Amino acid sequence: MKNARTYQFASKPSIVSTAVAVGPLEKQSPFLPHFDLVYDDERFGQETNEKGHAYLIEETCKLAIMKGGFQTTDIDLLLAGDLVNQITPTNFAARELATPFMGMFSACATSISTLITASFFLESNLMERVLFGSASQHNSVEKQFRYPIEYGAQKPPTGQWTVTGGGFGILSHFQRDKPYVHSATIGKVVDCELKDPLDMGSAMAPAAFDTIQYHLSQNKGTSYDFVMTGDLGKNGSALLQELIRTSGVSSYLVDQYRDAGAEFYGNNDKFLSGASGAGCSATVYFGPIYAELLKKQWKKILFVATGALLSPLSFQQGESIPCIAHAVELSMD
Amino acid sequence: MISTIIIAFVVGGLVCVVGQLLFDVAKLTPAHTLSLMVVIGSVLDGFGLYEPFIDFAGAGATVPIMSFGNSLTHGAMAEAEKHGLIGVLTGMFEVTSSGISAAIVFGVIAALIFKSKGKVS
Repeated sequence: MKNARTYQFASKPSIVSTAVAVGPLEKQSPFLPHFDLVYDDERFGQETNEKGHAYLIEETCKLAIMKGGFQTTDIDLLLAGDLVNQITPTNFAARELATPFMGMFSACATSISTLITASFFLESNLMERVLFGSASQHNSVEKQFRYPIEYGAQKPPTGQWTVTGGGFGILSHFQRDKPYVHSATIGKVVDCELKDPLDMGSAMAPAAFDTIQYHLSQNKGTSYDFVMTGDLGKNGSALLQELIRTSGVSSYLVDQYRDAGAEFYGNNDKFLSGASGAGCSATVYFGPIYAELLKKQWKKILFVATGALLSPLSFQQGESIPCIAHAVELSMD
Repeated sequence: MISTIIIAFVVGGLVCVVGQLLFDVAKLTPAHTLSLMVVIGSVLDGFGLYEPFIDFAGAGATVPIMSFGNSLTHGAMAEAEKHGLIGVLTGMFEVTSSGISAAIVFGVIAALIFKSKGKVS
């Protein structure tokens, strides 16, 4: 294991329950049938966007616990994060849930970084059930990273649309009829000196490529139903596929490559390059894709969630956008 | 009359084309683009070029944000003539104060009445 970034989980920790909740605009998603909760109010009946964001996290977590047939007291740890300053929506939701809690931030890759961390806790046998996941709420995240929506700023076609949604799951010991974590690759920060926050897909694609390439090199001969990145969008996906093609790494991958962000809103051009946000990969991975793994429609999927590790301040100070990608290989026997 | 309207429309539109190019080609942020347009208007008036521009294009010159820069310089120069250097400071917002106050007042009213929504363009 020395000098490696890929880890195999011999105990096969299984995702025993998941829940996904989204806001009103997400009704336009082709994944709609697999969303558990769909709200008509983007603030979820709360006074502010940020309170709504916290409420979304709290309700999704509660549903994941309920669907698994557990109580909040059965949860050993909540590992979660979001994109707002100091991840306050998650912190505030954790206050209400009152489970042991650790916040994590890997930008839009938090869905997978929490799952990887949870897998280590399960593998060590110190914990029974870890609730993991991430969420984003359009209005509060746009305010954080781009412009307040009241400002009505234009976005170029490379821009992406932050998903209002959260996806959470419970990782527990191996269960025969549930998808389990086979292996995971921890990402390295990759910075290609790109500076345009309205084209994060292109900035993140090299990070995704780095992680995919490493993971495949450590799992030679494995065949996947597909590899699914988090939120590269249409633009970033095209770049990633170009990187894969030109590098000659497993050319078969190109046909079996999907991106949650590019697919999230279907072919609607109004959403520009596609969806983004910590809730993008989380809702797609733990909603529709999880459901299809459960039905054994697919047996092996490599999830690669990507995150842009910038802050509004780092961007204003002219810094480039460092990016990361974490990968988890989910299997179903 | 008709020709005045057409000139205003075309010239105002061309100013917006410059702004759009600053977004899309020069990759400036909305804040940078806005500031740059204000500075351009201000500098043009400093050379006495903005008034003739208004005479020619009318609303095509007064509606775009460039005219705010023009007003800043205009007020500063007018007051400077009367009160010297101090006038530059007091004059800058003399002509523009109505615009700034209106922005604040209407902003407050809009915020009181409406709630923002994440709407697709």
